[in-house]
Amino acid sequence: MLQSKSFVKKTRQGRVVKVVREHYLRDDIYCGAPSCKTCDTSAARLSTSASTILIVDTNVVLNQIDLLENPAIDDVVVLSVVLEEVRNKNLAVYNRLKALCTNSLRKYFVFSNEHHKDTYVKEMVGESPNDRNDRAIRVAARWYQNHLGVNTQILLITNDRENKRRAIEEGISAETVESYVRSLGKPDLLDLVVLSSSGDVSMEDVEDLRPSKKKVIYSEHKPMSEITSGLLHGVYHQGKLRVNRYNPFEAYVGSESIGDEIVIYGRSNMNRAFDGDIVAVELLPQDQWRDGKSMIIADDEDDEEEDVHLVPSSADDAPRNENLVQPTTGSVPPVSGRPAGRVVGIIKRNWHSYCGSLEPMPMPAGNAGVAHALFVSKDRRIPKIRIQTRQLGNLLDKRIIVAVDTWDCLSRYPSGHYVLLIENDINTRPFSSQVLACLPPLPWSLSSEDLAKTNREDLRHLMVFSVDPPGCKDIDDALHCMPLANGNFEVGVRPKHHCESLLALSDIADVTNFVLSGTPLDEEASQRGTSVYLVERRIDMLPKSLTEDICSLRSDVERLAFSVIWEMTPDAEIISTRYTKSAIKSCAALSYVEAQARMDDSRMMDPLTTDLRNLNSLAKTMRLRRIERGALTLASPEVKFQIDTETHDPLDIGMYQIREANQMIEEFMLAANVSVAEKILRHFPLCSLLRRHPSPTKEMLEPLLRTAAAVGLDLDVSSSKALADSLDRAVGDDPYFNKLIRILATRCMTQAVYFSSGDLSPSEFSHYGLAACLYTHFTSPIRRYADVIVHRLLAAALGIAKLPPIFLDGPQLTGIADNLNYRHRNAQMASRASVELHTLLYFKKRPTDTEGRIVKIKSNGFIVFVPKFGIEGPVYLVPKGDKGADWVVDEAHQRVTKAGTNITYGVLQTVRIHMEVVEPQPNRPKLELTLI
Amino acid sequence: MEYLDSLTGFRLDGRRPNDMRQIRGEIGVVAKADGSALFEMGNTKVIAAVYGPREVQNKSQQINNQALVRCEYSMANFSTGDRARRPKGDRRSTEISLVIRQTMEACILTHLMPRSQIDIFVQVLQADGGTRSACINAATLALADAGVPMCDIVTSCSAGYLSSTPLLDLNYIEDSAGGPDVTVGILAKMDKVTLLQMAAKLPIDIFENVMQLAIEGCKAIAQYIRGVLLENTKQLECCRGV
Repeated sequence: MLQSKSFVKKTRQGRVVKVVREHYLRDDIYCGAPSCKTCDTSAARLSTSASTILIVDTNVVLNQIDLLENPAIDDVVVLSVVLEEVRNKNLAVYNRLKALCTNSLRKYFVFSNEHHKDTYVKEMVGESPNDRNDRAIRVAARWYQNHLGVNTQILLITNDRENKRRAIEEGISAETVESYVRSLGKPDLLDLVVLSSSGDVSMEDVEDLRPSKKKVIYSEHKPMSEITSGLLHGVYHQGKLRVNRYNPFEAYVGSESIGDEIVIYGRSNMNRAFDGDIVAVELLPQDQWRDGKSMIIADDEDDEEEDVHLVPSSADDAPRNENLVQPTTGSVPPVSGRPAGRVVGIIKRNWHSYCGSLEPMPMPAGNAGVAHALFVSKDRRIPKIRIQTRQLGNLLDKRIIVAVDTWDCLSRYPSGHYVLLIENDINTRPFSSQVLACLPPLPWSLSSEDLAKTNREDLRHLMVFSVDPPGCKDIDDALHCMPLANGNFEVGVRPKHHCESLLALSDIADVTNFVLSGTPLDEEASQRGTSVYLVERRIDMLPKSLTEDICSLRSDVERLAFSVIWEMTPDAEIISTRYTKSAIKSCAALSYVEAQARMDDSRMMDPLTTDLRNLNSLAKTMRLRRIERGALTLASPEVKFQIDTETHDPLDIGMYQIREANQMIEEFMLAANVSVAEKILRHFPLCSLLRRHPSPTKEMLEPLLRTAAAVGLDLDVSSSKALADSLDRAVGDDPYFNKLIRILATRCMTQAVYFSSGDLSPSEFSHYGLAACLYTHFTSPIRRYADVIVHRLLAAALGIAKLPPIFLDGPQLTGIADNLNYRHRNAQMASRASVELHTLLYFKKRPTDTEGRIVKIKSNGFIVFVPKFGIEGPVYLVPKGDKGADWVVDEAHQRVTKAGTNITYGVLQTVRIHMEVVEPQPNRPKLELTLI
Repeated sequence: MEYLDSLTGFRLDGRRPNDMRQIRGEIGVVAKADGSALFEMGNTKVIAAVYGPREVQNKSQQINNQALVRCEYSMANFSTGDRARRPKGDRRSTEISLVIRQTMEACILTHLMPRSQIDIFVQVLQADGGTRSACINAATLALADAGVPMCDIVTSCSAGYLSSTPLLDLNYIEDSAGGPDVTVGILAKMDKVTLLQMAAKLPIDIFENVMQLAIEGCKAIAQYIRGVLLENTKQLECCRGV
């Protein structure tokens, strides 16, 4: 049956056009209930014994998605009209709903009511689209009821009072979310229900009888139309709100329209905006602009304070404000300070779930166990969140995840509800059965079919070895080195074979053009993006059997590999490069320590050690050449723990030691990555996945320069080469000085990112830190999905396999690159959080006195970096609450002096500090540093 | 934009990936022409009129051993609503005219009509994607109506590749998605391809699937056109009182 759908639409140019589209109605859409006699049940998803089938309204999905995700709610029919409405209103919720509908474990069925001949409704004259959609939902509900008969109850879940009333009038059973969940008799589910404050629900029981007691705390947000016109006329400025990590009452909005950051002081000016929200900001009159003395302590009503942190590893982690700090002394009028503003409206919310714990409170008596509690997020930039719970006793002293629902101008804190999720968005769930089904059976061994393939070289006779950290189980690279007759060396790097070709081998029917891109395993891996390394735990990207066995290049077993083979002169000049899939047999899996010991022991003359030495000398030459090109030797204070095997408590802590062997492996991996990047870009100029490191901007290097100037050091930052040279020259009077400067330099860099070569112009491809024009990741496909993609590209470039169609889809490849960057960043944050936690555990039992270096001066104290443990934190010179008037900051020399005395602290100065764990608020222990 | 709903498997207008739009053909819509037809594929509506075989108007173009086939494609000014194009004479029309002429020439038995000319006029009344295919189908019907001898009937259908799925018979929205659009014309009974156009890149194995889908579409259209012709012949038979 054909229906014509016609509507008028405004085009981007502002013209109004009439669009006529065909709309086909079908009779082959099935109800999804397996018990149905008339329908085709092959695609049925609802459970066979379902006595009640739920049909959810749009507002229920939008507000109660956490509830829907709970496994207690099942047998749900999602109508396509609901899906469409949800997609238009909130894409994040839509994606979650879509994930629910595709999850084979959940019984969610999508019914295309809009294309079913019996459930399609035409908009009536004078009917609003909303009413029409509500009617469509009711029509579909009635159809289901008639279709499935009396044995199955159809329940329409809606929070819209009018919709519910009409449904009941039409003879459909309908309930609100609250009453339905209550009827299930599971009190813990009730916590997931978002109590809507708007007039939709029956307000009898939530009616607030004391409106006079409520006072308006925040000013009302401006309506969207006003914001749009305000932005257009330059009255308002749009930007992303970033809350200061060190002070949650100070935020910045980077505005393009005025080309500077607008500072927002205090919660009331922030006006309910969260970190990451896109907001509209109005500038305050100039006399209200404060001078930019940046305080490290919150001076507002709360007693929140500074935490001791791990050292940020790049500029992206560190707050960007310091570079804009104005001199506080002198005759500069305060108006020259940064523009201050206040938020007038929120254009796009960045609400997600936050991890933290509840503020301790006594158990309330009565009120049916419903308690209002305040949730304190682990992330200090997030305000406290009010939640309602019926299981307070259960949640107190626990780490929980809370989602934000609303924040109206009457309440000081946003209200939310608790959900259970995972932080940093890292998937720690075990792999699903579909994914595991893609794995080859264990024990796996090299079969003759693998070798029979024409494009696979048998390199098992070569002496290949791997060098990794001790205890490493996912060995994804190995090396070999062979002197050639003409005095040159043949060097091979063999990242272990990536999964899809491995699987290709297990499927003998279609070996040559078998690309397992698009299998559940592949999708899962692309979602996870990377393995996450925690202090004593690893969250894998690929299932364990692949990670630790089939793909791992362990010693004395035959494994498949993808090899890069260079012919090099003894001066490490690359004569030729060859890429091939291969079969290898590793003869030794060494640790860095072992490899170093072998190289250092002059008595050992066995072939393996000779190879190691040859490689090492090549690596040194390559390294030297790379540094000459301007590669930066940056330093990051990586910390290493010794963990008690039984209690999992950290026993010792120290900086990670870098040996020559590490550098040797690193050098060859870099070389392999660069070679592969060149190769794939040559073949696929538009769809190669590369990695770039943008040059830092002047503003980002500003703090480094200022610090350097304060200690009388002149750094040349005009290019990476110049910076590298001046870093080399920066030798102070103590051995750690140079490293400290390097650490500070590292912190000014941006993070390297993955990108698709089609998205940027070739001039932007370069990698600043490595001083390489091209770079990619090829060498660790077990733990990084980017490498898997690059393997596929390389295989296609060599003509071994076909390029999966996904690479031809530009936006999709960009999406993958973005996801990889996001996952990569999250993985780093999780690692840092894990290290921070272990640092805390370590110092809890051992208050320590140690030496620290001042890295930043603030008006009421300074930030100290403790080299021995790789942590940094604030030291206060003035007690909290005190404005600290007797300390004078000299910005030019980065010095703070006590007025009237000659007690002075300057940047990079060494101080003795005491480290101790204190717990000012329950469940929020923190490391406190005090000056001795 | 999601051109194929991954949850329900329907396209934007409610079709499945290998569903064609509703097709309708009508013969004898222009009384003055020797043969004429109207052909609809969903909202795409095309009219075709055939004059000839007749004497060659411009003697210099006359071919001594076969008939001269001329074709003119145009779009009615009102055919696209807002998306106004010049009705004829632009590059696109010239190209489509040429494509239709070559496709039809392949099935007309031109050697039976030396020193004569056949004019095919096709005009798009309403455009909603796939006008090229609709024009060829209309021209086939009109030629058959005019009684021009043909070796087989040519039918055409397009198929595209969006959301990693081959889709049959793209409409305007799907067409403007920018994905590959394969237009195929076949001689249905002889199983020969007379037209194959694609202005995009597609891996060869995917291309084969897409083309196969388009061929299936052509065959379905051929069956329908055969039905229309049969019906028409029966009516003529009835009129003559045989």
